[in-house]
Amino acid sequence: MKLAVVVQRYGTAIAGGAELHARHVAEHLSKYAEVEVLTSCARDYVTWRNELPAGRDVVNGLMVRRFPVRHRRSVERFGRLSATVFQQTHSVADELAWLDAEGPTSPGLIEYIRSNRDAYDFFLFWSFRYYQAYYGARAVPDRAVLVPTAEREPAIGVSLFRPLLNGVRGVVYLTPEERDLVNGASGNDSIPSIVAGSGSEVPERVEPGRFRQKYGIEGPFAIYVGRIDQNKGCDELFDFFVRFTRSERSPMQLVLCGNSILPIPDNPRIRHLGFVPDEDKFDGIAASELLVMPSYYESLSIVALEAWATGKPVLANAKCDVLKGQCLRSNAGLFYETWDEFAEALSWFARRPEQARALGANGCAYFRQHYAWPVVEKQYMDLLDHLAREKPSGGGPLSEPLPGWWQRRKLTLPPAEYVLERLPKGPSRRS
Amino acid sequence: MADFNIRSDSVNVEQIMQQIRAKIREKRGVDYTEQQIRELAAVKLERFLDPQKVRSGLLEQFRKGGISPLENYSFEDTTLFESHRAPLRWIRRLLRPILKLQFNPNPLIHVLHMQADINTRQTQYTEISYELLHNLVLETTRLSIEVKNLKMRVESMSSRFDFAERRARALEGIVQYRSEEKTAEAPARGRAPHAQAPPAQPGPSAQAPAPDADQAAGIEARRRRRRRRGRRGGPTSRVPGEGAAAGANGTGDEAVSSGPDDQAPKSGGRDDEGRERAAGTDAPTAPDREDQ
Repeated sequence: MKLAVVVQRYGTAIAGGAELHARHVAEHLSKYAEVEVLTSCARDYVTWRNELPAGRDVVNGLMVRRFPVRHRRSVERFGRLSATVFQQTHSVADELAWLDAEGPTSPGLIEYIRSNRDAYDFFLFWSFRYYQAYYGARAVPDRAVLVPTAEREPAIGVSLFRPLLNGVRGVVYLTPEERDLVNGASGNDSIPSIVAGSGSEVPERVEPGRFRQKYGIEGPFAIYVGRIDQNKGCDELFDFFVRFTRSERSPMQLVLCGNSILPIPDNPRIRHLGFVPDEDKFDGIAASELLVMPSYYESLSIVALEAWATGKPVLANAKCDVLKGQCLRSNAGLFYETWDEFAEALSWFARRPEQARALGANGCAYFRQHYAWPVVEKQYMDLLDHLAREKPSGGGPLSEPLPGWWQRRKLTLPPAEYVLERLPKGPSRRS
Repeated sequence: MADFNIRSDSVNVEQIMQQIRAKIREKRGVDYTEQQIRELAAVKLERFLDPQKVRSGLLEQFRKGGISPLENYSFEDTTLFESHRAPLRWIRRLLRPILKLQFNPNPLIHVLHMQADINTRQTQYTEISYELLHNLVLETTRLSIEVKNLKMRVESMSSRFDFAERRARALEGIVQYRSEEKTAEAPARGRAPHAQAPPAQPGPSAQAPAPDADQAAGIEARRRRRRRRGRRGGPTSRVPGEGAAAGANGTGDEAVSSGPDDQAPKSGGRDDEGRERAAGTDAPTAPDREDQ
C-alpha cells in the first residue's frame, strides 16, 4: 500500500499540534506501508512564507515533496473575510475567498495530487480548514481520508466544508467529542471513521528526584506544561491559583514549564522554569502530584496523555469538552469550571494521595489501551484495509462542481458562529 | 471499537466531582446554577454586598461597564431624501414621483421612523434599568448591613439571656438555702439538744451541749458542706451567688463562653430533682441543691 500524507507544513522543527501529529502518524505508518509526504514550503503558519526549498526532501527517512505557496497570507484580508464568514450572512464566493486567504494556497500541490492520483492508494489529508485539504480532497475524493483535527471554532460552521466532510472515503477523529462535533456540523455519520488519538514517546524510565534536585523544588506541586498563553487559559489558572494560595492552607505549589507570553504572577508558590527539555518534562510530570490543563480549546491534549502515561492524574478545565470527556472516560482526572471547583479539586489531590495515585493508575491503563502507538497504528491500518476492500461509490458531494458565478454570489449562507452555536456541546456520551 | 472507558472500584471521577460539588454547596450554602455563578462573577456582586466596599460611583461604573448605546437618529418622512447640498435636495424632490413609480418608500420610512422611536425608548429603558439595578444593589447592601446588625443583637441578647438565667438560678439557690437554714434553725431551738447531736459521737459536746453548741454545729455543718464542694471542684462548687457575681463582673461573652461548663451541672441537677420526685421524698433535695 502506498500512502500520501498531505499536510500544510512538515518538518522536525515544526511544532504545531496537527503537523506534529501528521509527522508521527506518517513515521509510524511507514512500518506498514510506503509513505510519502506532500506539503508546502512554508514554515510559519501566520504568513505561509516560502522558507523551505521546493522539491524533494527526506525527513526522518520519509520522502517529502514540497510545493511553493502562491501568495502569503494577508492578515488584514483574512481577518476581514473571517468576520464576514463567521458573523454575517454570506455567499459561497465569500467562503472561497476566505479559504484562499487562509492558505496555504499552493496550486502546484493540488495539481500534483490530481496528476498522480493513481500513484497512491490513499491520500491522508490533515486539518479540514486549510486550502490543501479542501482542494486536495476535491481532486481525489475516492482516495481521500480526512484527519479533520476539528475544534469548537467557527470554521466548522463554514458551509463549504459540508461536502468535504461528507465526500471523503474515511475520517479519522482524535476524540469522540470531535466526532460528535463534525457529525453535528455535516451529518457525515455514514462515512467510515475511527477515533484514533496520537501515541506519545514516553521514556521507559523517569527520575523525579533528579528533577527536584535540578530545579530545587521541594514539597508537593502541580505542573503545567505548554505555552503560557491566554489562549491556553493560563490567566485564569494564575487567578485561581493565587486565590487558592490565599485561602487554602495546602502546601501545593504550581510549577510552569514552557515559554511565557503572559506575565507570571509574583507568588512564592508559583515557579516558572521556562522551556525545559523532554527529559526534564517527563521527570517533572513524574515528580508532580498532578498535571493542570487549563486550556479551553484542545483537540486532543498530548500533554494530558503524557501525564497519564506517566501515571499522574490531571486537573482539566471543564469548559473544554475534549478534556472533560477524556477525564471522564479515562477515570483519571478531575475538572473544574469555577474557582470553587478548582480549589476543592486541588485540595482533594493534596488530601487524598492514595486516591490520586489510583486516578493516575487509571490514566496509565487508559493510555496503554487507546493511545499506545501499536494500538493507533492498528486502527489506521484497519481503516485503510477496510477502505481498500470496499468499492468507492462514485459521484459523491465532492465530485459536484462548485456553484456558478451568479449562484456563488447569493447571500444565502448563515454565519458560521450561528451554526457553531447549534452544534452539540459537552463530553461525548458515545464511546 | 473497544470500550473507551476505564472503570475502577477504588475511584470514580463522577462520584468525586459530585462530592466536591456537594462540599462547595455546603460551604456556600446556596446551590447556584452555573449561569448564575457566571453572572455573579461578572458583576462582582460580593464587592457591592460588602458594605465597606460599596462605592458612590456605582451607577457610573454600570454605565461605563455596560454596552455603550448606539448613536440614535431622528427619522422623518423627508430624511431619506435629505442632503446638505441644496441642488441635490431639489433634484431628489423633483424625481421623487418617479421613484415612487418604481416602489413605495412609505412603509420603509414608517418602519425606520418606528425603529428610531424604539431606539429612543430602549435608551430610556436602559437608563431606568441602570437606576433600578443601582437602587437594588444599594437596598441589598442596606439589608445586608441590617441583617448583620440584627445578627449581632441576637447574639448579644442570647448571651444576656443565658447570663440572666444563670443568675436567676443562683439567686433561687440562695433564697432556698437561706429559708432552709432558717427553718432548720427554728426547730433546733425548740427541740432537746441531744436530739440533733449524733448519738454515737463521743466527746464533751455529746454529753453537755452548750447553748452555743447549736451555732457551732451549724457552722461546722456549713464548713463540711464547703469542704465537700471544694473537693468536687468546678463551677458548681461555688457558693450560690458567686457565679452570679462572677457573671455580673464579666461580660456577656464570658458568660456565654462558660456555657458548656455551666450546662452539665444544670442538667445533673435536673436529673437529681427528677429522681427525687420519682422517689416521692422531698427531704434529700435540700443538701443536693446545696451541692450544686
